[in-house]
Amino acid sequence: MSSHAQGVKERVARGIARRYRRERNFRLAGLGAVLVGMAFLAFFFYTLIGNGYTAFLQTHILLEVELSESSIDPDGERDPQTLGRANYQGVIRNALMARFPQVEGRNDLRDLFALVSPGAGFELRNQVLANPELVGQTIRQWLVADDDVDMLVKGHMDRTAEESERRINDSQLGWIEQLEADGSVARHFNHRFFTSGDSRDPEMSGIWSAVVGSFFMLLVTLALSFPLGVATAIYLEEFAPKNRWTDLIEVNINNLAAVPSIVFGLLGLALFINFFGLPRSAPVVGGLVLTLMTLPVVIIAARASLMSVPPSIREAALGVGASKMQTIFHHVMPLALPGMLTGTIIGMARALGESAPLLMIGMVAFIVDVPESPLDPATALPVQVYLWADSPERAFVERTSAAILVLLAFLLVMNASAILLRKRFERRW
Amino acid sequence: MSQATKVEKDTVPQVGAGTVEETSVPAAPDIRVVGDTYRTVGDYTSANPVVRARNVDVFYGDNHAIQNVSLDIGKNQVISLIGPSGCGKSTFIRCLNRMNDTIDIARVHGEILLDGEDIHARRMDVVMLRARVGMVFQKPNPFPKSVYDNVAYGPRIHGLARNRQELDRIVRSSLERAGLWTEVKDRLDEPGTGLSGGQQQRLCIARTIAVGPEVILMDEPCSALDPIATAHIEDLIDELKKNFAIVIVTHSMQQAARVSQRTAYFHLGRLIEVGDTDQIFTNPQHELTEDYITGRFG
Ligand SMILES: Nc1ncnc2c1ncn2[C@@H]1O[C@H](COP(=O)(O)OP(=O)(O)OP(=O)(O)O)[C@@H](O)[C@H]1O
Ligand SMILES: [Mg+2]
Repeated sequence: MSSHAQGVKERVARGIARRYRRERNFRLAGLGAVLVGMAFLAFFFYTLIGNGYTAFLQTHILLEVELSESSIDPDGERDPQTLGRANYQGVIRNALMARFPQVEGRNDLRDLFALVSPGAGFELRNQVLANPELVGQTIRQWLVADDDVDMLVKGHMDRTAEESERRINDSQLGWIEQLEADGSVARHFNHRFFTSGDSRDPEMSGIWSAVVGSFFMLLVTLALSFPLGVATAIYLEEFAPKNRWTDLIEVNINNLAAVPSIVFGLLGLALFINFFGLPRSAPVVGGLVLTLMTLPVVIIAARASLMSVPPSIREAALGVGASKMQTIFHHVMPLALPGMLTGTIIGMARALGESAPLLMIGMVAFIVDVPESPLDPATALPVQVYLWADSPERAFVERTSAAILVLLAFLLVMNASAILLRKRFERRW
Repeated sequence: MSQATKVEKDTVPQVGAGTVEETSVPAAPDIRVVGDTYRTVGDYTSANPVVRARNVDVFYGDNHAIQNVSLDIGKNQVISLIGPSGCGKSTFIRCLNRMNDTIDIARVHGEILLDGEDIHARRMDVVMLRARVGMVFQKPNPFPKSVYDNVAYGPRIHGLARNRQELDRIVRSSLERAGLWTEVKDRLDEPGTGLSGGQQQRLCIARTIAVGPEVILMDEPCSALDPIATAHIEDLIDELKKNFAIVIVTHSMQQAARVSQRTAYFHLGRLIEVGDTDQIFTNPQHELTEDYITGRFG
């Protein structure tokens, strides 16, 4: 008997070594998978940040700008209309000519004027309108540089390359180096990137109109998909009879969650724009389309969280005589809500990153003005990324990466809040 | 038609254990011969019934979980339901407050009267019924709310209190009757789920009696508790029977013997034998009952 016990022990011991080995291998494989994933992520962020961080800075050129009364306000009445109509680009050109008096000839002058962004005049105008006593003074002003100058200063353009190989010619390079030598070229924080809409001039372009467009769109999506999704989930989970029809509905909902988003875009185009006549390029239509896309996700998450409420809680409520409605709204919903919200936030995060359906409904337009309502033409963050990625100017490369970083930051905040919500309200029984 | 047959069956005299053996108990009490015509051994009626169940059948889909069970629940009495696992004890008591309605595949046939009213009648509201027939579950299941709100929930939804003072009184007296007041009176605002298992179960009992039911159904109320908490609940049951009719499902023969006046033995969906607890445990009439209580089986 004892020899038998000995045999069993030995066999078990042999088995144990094998079991441990398997477990270790499995753990190593898992760890390896995680590491590979992390490596890809690290590469992704390395290239994004490497390409994108320079977009948060913008090259400026310091010039003495003479805001002479004769050129800006010949009437001397400081009438905003007159002040607004003045030729500020001309003022800046004068400042450039004053800085480089030796430059002559139309071509050379054009090259000189190209150092400063065409948008600098607008900014100067706004500055004067906000502050009319500047008229008559000569101010030292940091003017936003042209995108080619910006690229050169940021080192994205090779100064030693052949003149024909770069977009800055030799004389422009000379002037820039002259400016650099006396500290009149500097990189400042690029607030325009966060506060303005799209522009043909990279140095004047920003993501704000896309952010606002995305915001309006998500607002519409949230306002529709959360109540609709939760109501659907409650009905299907708690009230609907379990029969072939509800099975069919369930299968369809699960299927819809996997339908390519561009299909929803086509549906939105046919239904909302062509049939209902809603405006093109408007966040409201984008929101509706994204609602179609998000709804299945919300419904599935809400049903799962309703299902995960322990049946003992329902029994307890029914047992003291609560009606079905009371049971659901007093006891089940409060427990399921965090899960529903988590699912909704994740659905919204997906909607925020979606671009394909928006292309179908015309949200790919070039939008300079910041939309003021969900009915105004707008674009969305991922579409802005798409537009910039498609632009030929070198300066849009870094802006594309920067816009992706901003998009990722929003996604991170949303997903983190979903996790926080889950952690915060997680209950154990 | 069915009404007529019911009445006929009802009126078949089955009073006292002695009268039974000639009529229905087969010579060898084997479950095979306990067919549809099986008649429960012993007196399933009660002199002073609150609930009268007659010819109750329950099906879960095709599974015939309860077969032709008739049983009275007497006032101010504890009746314990015993029997091997899966014999239908829970299913039976869940018929009494229509909890089986919540299971899609469950179908209940037969007649169940509460104070003479048919609980399946159209006039009978299931919410009302569950206020009158309370239930305590096997696993303590307080709401994830405060102790106070747990007890106050029933009175609130039924509108039993006109104002806060009245509600406070109901909560207090329910907790007192559940023997929990002294332990929780300083922590009424703390979550009910933070109490110990035994306290949670007494909280659930307090929650049930706060609604002022006539019958309390308890499905293995002590199976998740230690002996001390169990003794506590048993004392409580003894106390509660002054005001309520109590049905308790238990797997502990000792518990059945300690707390109940009547005992019913279920086997494979049939009510085999019912009688006074003393008689069932000292002198069971049916062989299956005897096998079970002597531990030869189950
Ligand atoms: N919700 C349900 N769906 C389908 N069948 C069920 C359901 N509940 C119980 N049953 C079946 O009904 C029969 C009786 O079950 P029941 O729970 O009433 O037994 P029980 O006597 O309470 O057992 P235990 O002592 O283990 O609690 C069993 O065959 C069981 O499988
Ligand atoms: Mg049971």
